[in-house]
Amino acid sequence: MATITIDGKQIEVEGRPTVMQVALANGIQIPQFCWHPRLSIAGNCRICLVEIEKMPKLAISCQTTVSDGMVVRTTSEKVINAREAVMEFLLINHPLDCPICDEAGECKLQDYAYQHSAGVSRFEFDKVRKPKRVELGPRVTLDTERCIMCSRCIRFCDEIVKTPQLVFTKRGDHVELTTFPGEKLDNPYSMNTIDLCPVGALTSTDFRFKSRVWEMSSTPTICQGCSRGCNVHMWVRNNQIMRLTPRLNPDVNDYWMCDHGRLNTFKSVNAGDRIHGPMIRKEGQLVEVGWDEAVASLVSNLKSFRGGEIAAIGSAYATNEDNYIFRRLMTHVGVENFGFLSHIDEGRADDFLVTADRTPNSLGANLVAGQQGRAPADAESIIGKIAAGQIKMLYVMDDDLGSVPGFEDVLPKLEILVVHASNHSLTTRNADIVLASSTYAEKNGTMVNVTGRVQRIKPAVATLYDERSLDGFSMSRWDKFGAHNDRWTRGQKFDVKESWRILVGLGNAIGLKWKYANSQEVFAEIVAKIPAFRGLSYASIGRSGAPVRTPSEKPVAAGT
Amino acid sequence: MTRPLPPIVHRKDLTFWQKLYIPEIVRGLKITITQMFRPKFTRQYPEERWVPGAAFRGRPVLVEESGVERCVACGLCSRVCPALAIEVQASESPYWKERYPVKFEINMLRCIFCGFCEEVCPEEAIIMSKEFELTFHSQEDAIFPKEKLLKSKEEMKERLDYLRANR
Ligand code: SF4
Ligand code: SF4
Ligand code: SF4
Ligand code: SF4
Repeated sequence: MATITIDGKQIEVEGRPTVMQVALANGIQIPQFCWHPRLSIAGNCRICLVEIEKMPKLAISCQTTVSDGMVVRTTSEKVINAREAVMEFLLINHPLDCPICDEAGECKLQDYAYQHSAGVSRFEFDKVRKPKRVELGPRVTLDTERCIMCSRCIRFCDEIVKTPQLVFTKRGDHVELTTFPGEKLDNPYSMNTIDLCPVGALTSTDFRFKSRVWEMSSTPTICQGCSRGCNVHMWVRNNQIMRLTPRLNPDVNDYWMCDHGRLNTFKSVNAGDRIHGPMIRKEGQLVEVGWDEAVASLVSNLKSFRGGEIAAIGSAYATNEDNYIFRRLMTHVGVENFGFLSHIDEGRADDFLVTADRTPNSLGANLVAGQQGRAPADAESIIGKIAAGQIKMLYVMDDDLGSVPGFEDVLPKLEILVVHASNHSLTTRNADIVLASSTYAEKNGTMVNVTGRVQRIKPAVATLYDERSLDGFSMSRWDKFGAHNDRWTRGQKFDVKESWRILVGLGNAIGLKWKYANSQEVFAEIVAKIPAFRGLSYASIGRSGAPVRTPSEKPVAAGT
Repeated sequence: MTRPLPPIVHRKDLTFWQKLYIPEIVRGLKITITQMFRPKFTRQYPEERWVPGAAFRGRPVLVEESGVERCVACGLCSRVCPALAIEVQASESPYWKERYPVKFEINMLRCIFCGFCEEVCPEEAIIMSKEFELTFHSQEDAIFPKEKLLKSKEEMKERLDYLRANR
C-alpha cells in the first residue's frame, strides 16, 4: 500500500501500478497517444509527461510506477509547456489533412490540438512527404504522412493477434510504417488497428469517404457474425448502416472485433434483395399482399393440417423473444416436430474471438424453445419425414433451408412452405407464404452468446412502423432536424415486422388473445417461465449483458 | 415562482391641438407634399436591375477550377450551416486531393444567406455570389444540384479577390 498525491488529491494505491493507471482510475485526465490499456508500454509519444517532485526532469506517466509519498502534478506550467512542445513537434510534419481525413471528428490529434497545444506553429519549411493511399492490406488503407509513429498498430499485431505483420522502416522524420517484405496486413483482426490508430493514418477501405463521423447516429448492439456476440456500435445515416465498430466489454470482446463481423454482417440490411411486405404464391408467382391477407391464408393452412403433419424450424439468428413466441404458438397448434438448423463451421473457430457457431443465438434459441415440450428435432429427421410424406407443411422462421444440404431436394414434396424472412433466399423462392420479418438491426431483443451471456440488440434502422424520434432510436443531427421534404430523410424503410410480432398477430387470429405490446413484455414472460433467465430484465442486462443461470442455479461463469 | 408582471405603459393623453384634429391633418399633408419634390429613389425593377458589390451575399456557389470543383467534400459547410441546407456525399477521386463530392446539393428554401459555409470552407470552394433572384415552381426545384452550383474561378474573381483582401 502506497499513498501518492496527484494534483493535490491523496490517493491510496495497491500494488505497483503506473501513474497513468492511477490517474485514469481516479478521474484525472492525462493525454496519451501510444499508451493503450491492453498493449505493452512503448513510451514513445511523450504527450503523457508529468512533473514528479524530486525527479530532475519530467517523467512519462505511462511507464513510471508509483512509489510511496510520490507527488505528481499533471497541470503545472512545466507540464503544459512540455505538452505544447510535444504537440508542436508532432504537427511539424503532419499534413493537416483533416478536411479529407476519415478520422476527423474522432481524432486524438485533433482533440489534443484544441486541448493541449498553443495553436501556432513556428515551422516554416516544407513538410516531409510520404506515400498516401497505401493499400496496407485488403481491408486497411494507410496514409503514411498522417502516422505519428505511436506503434500501437504494430504492438496490436505482435501482442494481441500474435501475427507480426507491421514494422517501421527508415529513421528520424522519415520513419515509415510498412508491412514486412512479402507480407500484407491481412490477419482476421486487422481492422482493429483502425480503431487503435490515434490519427487517420490507418483507415477502413470499406468505409473510406462514405460518411463523416458526425453525420451518423450510433446504437449499441451486438454483432451477428458468430456466437461470440461481440459488442458493437452500429453507425447509421439516413436509415442506412454505414459501419460497425467494436464497443468495449471486458467480459466478451474487450476492445476488439473480427474483420468478418465488422464487414460482412450488416450489408444484407441495406441490400437490394430485401423483402418489402408479405407475399403469397398465386398461380405459381409470389405476389405482394397485405398483412391481413397473408395471416388469414396462413391460419387456414394451419387449420387444414394435423399437428403431426406440420414441422417448424426456429432460428438461432432470431432473438429469444422470437423463438419463445414461435415455440409457444407451434405447441398450441400441436406441432410435434420443432427444431433448429445448425450452422457450425469448425474451420472458422480460432483461439481469440471467432467461434465455430456462425449464428449469434443458438444457446438462447435452444433455452427458450427447447424447454417447452419435446426436445428439438434435428434437420435430418425433418428432411426424412418430409421425404416420407409424413410432414406436409413446413414453417421456417428467419433461417434459410438452402444452408443445409438435402432440404432443397425434398421441398417439392411439401404442400405448404411458410417462411419469415428479411432477404430473398432459396427458402423464399420455394415458399408459398413469405412474411417479411425485421433484421437484427430493426428490432429489440435478447440473444445468448457462446459463454451463456444474455445481451441486448437494439434497433438502429427504422422500419415502416417506426418513427426514430418517438421510438427511442439514436438520433443524428440530421435525424433530429430533418423534414419530410429534405432528401436526406428519405432513406428506405421496409414494410417488415419483428417475427414475434407477426406471430402474435397470427396467434390472435386463431383466438389466443395475446397482449404482448413489446419485446420487453415477451422477455418478462421468458424470465418468469424459463429458469435459466430467472431474475433478469432488460434493465439488468443493460449495455454489457448478464450471465444466464445454469441448472444448478449458479450464473454461468463469464469469460472463457 | 410567480413571474413579475410587465410594467404598465401609460399612454400619453392627446394635447389640445391634437384633439382639434384639423392641424394634425395639415401637418401630415405637409410631409407628403415635401416628399413629392425630393429626388426619386424608386428603381424600375425588373427593367432596371441592381448589381450588388463584391461584399454582397447572394446564393452560395461552388468554385470550378480547370474544369473540376475545388470542393473536397469535407462536409464542413454542411455541418456549419445553421439551416441544414447543404448535403454532401464524398467519393474517391483519382486526383491528388483524394476526394470529391459525387453529390452536392443546396436546398435554397432552407438557405438563409448567412455565408457561414463560405467562411468555414478550407478550400475556398464555396463562396457567396451576387445572385439573389430565386424563384421556383416546386420544392424539388429549389434543391440545387452540383451542376447548377458550379461557377468558374474566372467568373467569381471579384468575390475571390474580395475574400482574399478581407481575410
Ligand atoms: S489525422 Fe487527425 S489531425 Fe491528422 S489530418 Fe486526420 S483528422 Fe486531421
Ligand atoms: S499507423 Fe497509426 S497506430 Fe500505427 S504507428 Fe502510425 S499513428 Fe500509430
Ligand atoms: S449561406 Fe448559410 S444558410 Fe446558406 S448554405 Fe451557406 S451556411 Fe447554409
Ligand atoms: S466546406 Fe468547402 S470543401 Fe468542404 S464540403 Fe463544403 S464546399 Fe466542399
